[in-house]
Amino acid sequence: MLRLIGQRFGLGLITLFAASVLIFAGTEILPGDLASAILQNNATPESLAAMRRDLGLDRPAYVRYGEWLGGAVHGDFGKSLANNRGVAEEIGPRLKNTLFLALYAALIAVPLAVGLGLLAAIRQGGVYDRLVNVVTLMTISVPEYFLAYILIKYLAVGWGIFPSLANVTPDTSFLDRLDLGFLPMMTLVLVIVAHMMRMTRASVLAVMASPYIEMALLKGLPKWRIVVQHAFPNALAPIINVIALNLAYLVTGVVVVEAVFVYPGLGQLMVDAVSKHDVPVVQACGLLFAAAFIMLNMTADILAIMSNPRLRHPR
Amino acid sequence: MSEPRAGEEILNVDKLRIEAKSERGASVLVDDVSFTLKRGDVLGLIGESGAGKSTIGLSTLGYTRSGCYITGGSILFEGRDIRTMSATERRDLRGHGVAYIAQSAAASFNPAMTIMDQVCEVAVRQGLMTPDDARVEAVSLFRQLDLPSPDTFGDRYPHQVSGGQLQRAMAAMAMAAKPDLLVFDEPTTALDVTTQVEVLAAFRKLIREHGTAALYITHDLAVVAQIADRIMVLRYGKMVELGTAAQVLYAPKEDYTKRLVAERTFGHSAAQADQSQELPLLSVEHVSASYAKFANVINDVSIDIWRGDTLAVVGESGSGKSTLARVVIGLLPRHKGDIRFEGKSLPARLADRPKEQLRRVQMIYQIPDVALNPRQTLLEIIGRPVRFYFRRNAEQVQARVVELLKLIDLPESFIGRYPTELSGGQKQRVSIARALAAEPDLIICDEVTSALDQLVGEEILRLLKRLQDELGVAYLFITHDLGTVKRIANKVAVMLKGQLVASGSTAEVFAPPYHPYTELLLSSVPQMRADWLDEVLARRKVPAPMRTPVT
Amino acid sequence: MRLFGHRLNVTATIGLALIIIYAAVAILAPLIAPYGQADIVGDAWADPDKLHWLGLDNLGRDILSRLIYGARLSIGLSVLITCLAFFLGIVAGFSAAALGGWVDMVLSRVVDLLLSMPLLIFAFMILSVLGTDIPVLIGTIAILNSTLVFRLARAVAMNIASLEFVEAAKVRGEGLWWIIRREILPNAIPPLVAEFGLRFCFILLLVAALSFLGLGIQPPLADWGSMVKDYRDMINLDSPAPLYPAGAIALLTVGVNFVVDWMLAIHSKGYGEGA
Repeated sequence: MLRLIGQRFGLGLITLFAASVLIFAGTEILPGDLASAILQNNATPESLAAMRRDLGLDRPAYVRYGEWLGGAVHGDFGKSLANNRGVAEEIGPRLKNTLFLALYAALIAVPLAVGLGLLAAIRQGGVYDRLVNVVTLMTISVPEYFLAYILIKYLAVGWGIFPSLANVTPDTSFLDRLDLGFLPMMTLVLVIVAHMMRMTRASVLAVMASPYIEMALLKGLPKWRIVVQHAFPNALAPIINVIALNLAYLVTGVVVVEAVFVYPGLGQLMVDAVSKHDVPVVQACGLLFAAAFIMLNMTADILAIMSNPRLRHPR
Repeated sequence: MSEPRAGEEILNVDKLRIEAKSERGASVLVDDVSFTLKRGDVLGLIGESGAGKSTIGLSTLGYTRSGCYITGGSILFEGRDIRTMSATERRDLRGHGVAYIAQSAAASFNPAMTIMDQVCEVAVRQGLMTPDDARVEAVSLFRQLDLPSPDTFGDRYPHQVSGGQLQRAMAAMAMAAKPDLLVFDEPTTALDVTTQVEVLAAFRKLIREHGTAALYITHDLAVVAQIADRIMVLRYGKMVELGTAAQVLYAPKEDYTKRLVAERTFGHSAAQADQSQELPLLSVEHVSASYAKFANVINDVSIDIWRGDTLAVVGESGSGKSTLARVVIGLLPRHKGDIRFEGKSLPARLADRPKEQLRRVQMIYQIPDVALNPRQTLLEIIGRPVRFYFRRNAEQVQARVVELLKLIDLPESFIGRYPTELSGGQKQRVSIARALAAEPDLIICDEVTSALDQLVGEEILRLLKRLQDELGVAYLFITHDLGTVKRIANKVAVMLKGQLVASGSTAEVFAPPYHPYTELLLSSVPQMRADWLDEVLARRKVPAPMRTPVT
Repeated sequence: MRLFGHRLNVTATIGLALIIIYAAVAILAPLIAPYGQADIVGDAWADPDKLHWLGLDNLGRDILSRLIYGARLSIGLSVLITCLAFFLGIVAGFSAAALGGWVDMVLSRVVDLLLSMPLLIFAFMILSVLGTDIPVLIGTIAILNSTLVFRLARAVAMNIASLEFVEAAKVRGEGLWWIIRREILPNAIPPLVAEFGLRFCFILLLVAALSFLGLGIQPPLADWGSMVKDYRDMINLDSPAPLYPAGAIALLTVGVNFVVDWMLAIHSKGYGEGA
């Protein structure tokens, strides 16, 4: 089993490395490089060449990649083209904000979704189950900003309970952050809870349909014991997977939600950088998002390996 | 529970009726079934699929699968009606009063718990034993069931032991709370024949030593003959015949029972191929093959098939018999040896074989549901080889398909139907027609009856036999069922772990002097005589050197 | 009501009705819309009245008319991208399944790599370099989504190819093209149609999200996503304006999902019977 985990870990590192190559290649090698991005329409062949020399773009791509990755490992992502500040300084507080929001949403969404999903599975076919099916199907289909604006219209503008803009600053207190971040968090929770619930319900039902559950019934065990002792340990692996997949989904969801609430996070920074062609910032943000995504997927796989009895107790 | 007294009636089922209700309406699964069971009694329930055997078995535990309801009659367990019990009473009944042993132990054990925890669970949870006592009891049951190293057997997880062992462990799990009634639901059907003997013997010993009453559900008359005092024959949920084992087996009253019994005793195939031909139709010479980098799955196998022959290749799971079929057909290229068709070497790879060679060797598969494309009509399925190999026009194809349908005894009107509208036996007939449409010289039959009910399989065998008489086609028959071999094959090849251990005419191979493995296989096939199991066990006291490890 | 030989349930009927209405609106936009999409018919942010049911927008254009024309762009573009993604994904996926060997290996690894990053982030990277012209947008989103179609098509084809009727066709000597066309494709259609619905929704949402973030469709063209962006500030004045385009997207995706959910349910019932 350790070997399998090791392999999966190795695969994760390779994927991360490959993603970094892709990010670098995507932004550096495609037509329209950094120099033309900076000069925009004022580019003459001479000024382009000069700019390339200044930026060191005349050196081979793999050398520049090596420097970039070497810097990134040490937390140095170069300088922003927009304001010439260090990318790392720019990113630091925003990364913290985004992590805060994601964690805030995850802490509320995961227990809620797993609990409600289990409930739907136990009440399979009942009114609650069918209602949940329709409601979650609707929630997963609609765009994040639709949910967000509905929340704003009623909870912020209409009844004035929560602020509609989440303009946190570095000196905002923890409690204020909870308040300011409430609506963004709610939006994210609504989106991923629906996904997670559906998947939790499906994986528990798959386990509940297996012959060993029928056997447990025929052994005269009480229902709670069947669920806790026989179904839950086997449903754990798929549920863990569901959670990790949805947290990985948060990575994308957070971008749009930050834009709606003008929340100063990584997503907003990246969107700004993309529209300004600020390549170093785009690269750094892309790498961070990709790393989070890859790590979550890897964690899911490793936890699934660890909870598989066949691998835990080899022949 | 009360003090056990032999002969005391513990189960009384009266006019039981069970229905399935779905969106499409209700259907009756079990109708008007009545029987009683005394302490120490073993009643065999016999029938084909859809006879309602399992439904009856489960109902004695007060359980019906989802969508099924007991709608009439009564089930009295020690005088109390199971139908009117509360949920708590019913939970008490299960495990302690009645225990269940399912067909697939591999699926019925929770993969995440040790065997010991699952065996002791009922007795401990229902407050009948302390955990320590339960463990002692479990170890003693493991010992009675001849499980290896009984003291530590329970510490393993289900995937760490073999299928036969797990099946016995399930019996231990059922016995742990000392129930008054055991329900066995086809408990040996999924096992290889040689394993089946051991498991069957262990079950019988357990029932006899504990004096427990049992319901033994199976489709195999010979198996039930070894274990049951009385037999009930069921069909379409209704009772056909109920009597002592001897009476049902040797003097059946009803037509249906007679047919079931006759199927088991159907005689040898005497047909001999015309041996005057110069060359065998197909000769496999010293062939070895393997998947990817693994060790050889078949090793140095040689067989000859002559025109009009039926050669059966027998062996247990993992013997390489199906691989041999795939090598002959070219799906798995051989890496040693040669395969000649009428003296001409066949290319190892399917892609290298000319169309004419492909036409002359056809194949019929085990599971007709996946062997026919669900989105094509019978006309397309059967007509395609006609069109493909003989380039006939649409009219000629249609005429030929009608002819073939007639040959396999299906009505002409079926020509526009899809496979999903047919029964299992009918689908298998269509597979046969598709093979015949190519007008082949050799048909490879891969376990063609094992997914079918007995009587249906029997009809398929008869059809194949008749077609051989009419068309002179040769068969290469892959099977694990020695009964089938005796009925249809004039030649037989026995395989064990990828090697041929015996081959020749069926009469020779299946008569002394045997190869030890052939003898083991032959002796393991249950026979209808009630003393068969005792005989086999007596003979087995001498260690069987060729016993195969079964997973 | 029946579709593909199966009875529609309530939610699927609602979904199908929504899809038909949206399609009709998109096709007949100029006939239905009361005003042109760029016509300025009154004051900015005028309240709804009898002539302008949903009111006017920031430049005094009729919101309803813009929604109707927006359907054309949003739905048309998404359908185009989905078709493109499916064409690429199915061709590659079926080839990988049928040819196996190094073709499968290379294609699968490339797809793994493209999927190692969240799709939206990947789209950002490409758009940041190539700009946000519509052809770039179409190509980028189609290629990124074709990876998911590739995975499904490959799995479905491999699944079907392992069934014995395909083996029977191979043994008969049928060519690859015949096997794909006659044996595999007819059986692969139900899961692929369901996936088409899901992909369409995903792409519609992605295009709209990009437009909303200002990285998708650029003015003067307007799709629903950029309308949400244009009207977003009005929410703080308690105007429902941004909810109209966002709701238009939501209603369509809900409808498609209702139909897909029903299709997946009947498909999973179709095969395999419990013992």
